[in-house]
Amino acid sequence: MNLLPRVGVGLAAPLLAIVVAGLVTSLVLIGVGDSVAEFWGVMFTVPSARLTVGIVNGASILYLSGLAAAVAFRMNLFNIGVEGQYRVATFAAAYFAGQALLPGYLNTVVTICVAMVVGAAWAGIAAILRVTRGVSEVISTIMLNAIAGGLVAYLLRELGDQQGQIRRTTTIPESSWVGGIPLIPGESSRVYGLAVLAVVAGIAFAVILNRTRFGFDLRATGRSETAAVASGVNVKRMVVSAMLLSGAVAGLIGMLDLFGNSHAYGSTIQVGVGFTGIAVALLGRNNPVGIALGALVFAFLSAQSNALGIEAGISPEIVAVTQGVIVLSVVIAYEVVRRYQVRIEQRDVARALERDRAREAGALS
Amino acid sequence: MSTVVAAPQSTAPPASGRRRTRLWVSVWLLVGLLALATARVVADADDIDSTGTLRAGLVLAMPIALAGLGGLWSERAGVVNIGLEGMMILGTLGAGYYTYHFGVWVGLLGAIAFGAIGGVLHAVATIVFGVDHIVSGVAINIIAAGAAAFLAEVFFSGLEGGGPTQSPSLPEPPSFDVPVLAEASSDLAEKGWFLLSDAGSVVAALTNNMSVFTLLAFAALAGSGWLLWRTAFGLRLRSCGESPSSAETLGVNVYRYKFLAVTVSGMLAGFAGCYLAVVASSGYANGQTNGRGFIGLAAMIFGNWRPGGLLAGSLLFGYTDAARLRSGGESVHALLLILAVGLLLLAVWQVRRGHRTSAIVAIVAAVVVAVWFALTDAIPGDFTQMTPYVTTLLVLSLASQRLRMPAADGLRYRRGEAG
Repeated sequence: MNLLPRVGVGLAAPLLAIVVAGLVTSLVLIGVGDSVAEFWGVMFTVPSARLTVGIVNGASILYLSGLAAAVAFRMNLFNIGVEGQYRVATFAAAYFAGQALLPGYLNTVVTICVAMVVGAAWAGIAAILRVTRGVSEVISTIMLNAIAGGLVAYLLRELGDQQGQIRRTTTIPESSWVGGIPLIPGESSRVYGLAVLAVVAGIAFAVILNRTRFGFDLRATGRSETAAVASGVNVKRMVVSAMLLSGAVAGLIGMLDLFGNSHAYGSTIQVGVGFTGIAVALLGRNNPVGIALGALVFAFLSAQSNALGIEAGISPEIVAVTQGVIVLSVVIAYEVVRRYQVRIEQRDVARALERDRAREAGALS
Repeated sequence: MSTVVAAPQSTAPPASGRRRTRLWVSVWLLVGLLALATARVVADADDIDSTGTLRAGLVLAMPIALAGLGGLWSERAGVVNIGLEGMMILGTLGAGYYTYHFGVWVGLLGAIAFGAIGGVLHAVATIVFGVDHIVSGVAINIIAAGAAAFLAEVFFSGLEGGGPTQSPSLPEPPSFDVPVLAEASSDLAEKGWFLLSDAGSVVAALTNNMSVFTLLAFAALAGSGWLLWRTAFGLRLRSCGESPSSAETLGVNVYRYKFLAVTVSGMLAGFAGCYLAVVASSGYANGQTNGRGFIGLAAMIFGNWRPGGLLAGSLLFGYTDAARLRSGGESVHALLLILAVGLLLLAVWQVRRGHRTSAIVAIVAAVVVAVWFALTDAIPGDFTQMTPYVTTLLVLSLASQRLRMPAADGLRYRRGEAG
């Protein structure tokens, strides 16, 4: 009986946030004199089969990014550096796979491991600075993002090949490519084969966090560091492990497109995925299912917005406002709900105490 | 500015302590100048402390300092403000729109108002609703970047010289030369004398072509230092960042002070954006802030949550940013020499304090940097671009042990929950 209202409240908060974001977006559009009706008309067109595949692809990339941020968030660590970890790891993986040191799918598997190790190593810098020098991971990961951008640009210039206008790493041999999954019959574009990685990572996330001692320690440290220390958790080691895990997942983000579509690292790499992942993790409350829903919503908005410029004469950038407002209002809504639940609990406890006291009084007389 | 640097934690500092800090500031300035002069001669990099580089450094330091000052206001009242970057973006947009249509001064007010919108948003989320400060800041950065990109297209698309991602070039605020001093120091700077000309460069950078906005920025720094550390208002505001529940028991309206502080923080970030768009560049452009709001935050941490310290940090970051812009390869290459010597001195100091591992790390780093300096002539452009970020990381990892942030910084506060 108690479960139903709780689930209802849990869903009400994000839905309310989406409604608020819709209202704010409409107000902004009215403010600058764009047509609100045309905006919503375009946004709520049923996506074509091709676009649906695009949404699923975008969502699986965002999902991994959201998971990467969520691992750290669960421990109250703010890994703002998912973007940098993803860029460095994807470059290293593309370069390694392009060398074709290993045959066929062995190359694919080892490359994915390389990406995870490099992503973890880049995140590890921030972890080590935090546990040995006390530098806040918020600032260090932001700085490492900028450094990652410069480093990758330099390495691309040194190690890449010029192909027409753009510079890319050597193309991965075709035997290591991962074919797509035909999601919709009769549609030529396909879902990334490695989207499976997102599903596996999601399940692993849920199992590790909820069913292992490591996961318990991680969540405990996130809830109350002092309590965790008292029960024998080595917080420094937890900080390093959580950060490394977060970076390893961030390393996976680029693999979907690398083996499924681009087959090399070039200047066309998708930027900003790491930052959007943070938003998706917040929207999904760091819960594996919630993050999946959040990733779908964000991927849907981005994919639908592409048509805005042509069909309604509105800049697609407006969707970034919608996404940002969703995040801000959803965290506010969660907080309001939390306070409401605390008040209800307090009332229940007070009522129960009252009842006990009355019973005791009755027994005495 | 040295008086502000000097103010220690207690409200009534002993005069001798202040004098000693002032002495240290002068000593460090001299050491820095000596290092630059030596590196200039040894590495034959004239642009390392030319008047042009130093002036560019000052201009690039001011947006960082203003953003850092915004962070100072907010964090002294106990609210971590990672949304500075977003508020700064709003500031650049406001400056672009209002300066183009109504001139420099209305543009400044417009930028401050736009920044204040971001500040109020952050205040409502963190103070009224108790949302985690970093989460709210991240959300504000996303909203601001999106809003700026969208509105820039609406504001500037049709204008001559403008486009969907940038404004037309904007009028600059008035600037002036300090009479006599400007010319004399410029002459001295051109002589090429060891140390004397380097000092001349510094004076010339401060006296030639000084923008009114730079003066305003210095006034904001000094004014904030006075307001926060020398008045009852400032004491109350800082008490909200140290121990809000104690402040509450003494009758301070903590919500009101925090709200005000975060709003002022947004206004200062808006000013920072205006400075960046109008003085440091010639108009609004998408992505112009390029993480400077974050660097401002880092400068504030580097400066130990004090206005003088954050100014020093901003000047350091602004200078490294300028060094890469003006014959960047050679200038930053020459800076490697200073870094190597600095690391070596650090190692000596660590040995004397008995920290053997840190000393070994410092020596290894010094050797690596020195070899790098010896084997190359210039640093690739991609690396010079990283200079401010690497400097930030280096400085924070070397200095963070000695820093003390406000005790209740980043913690959630609710009225009546005092334990």
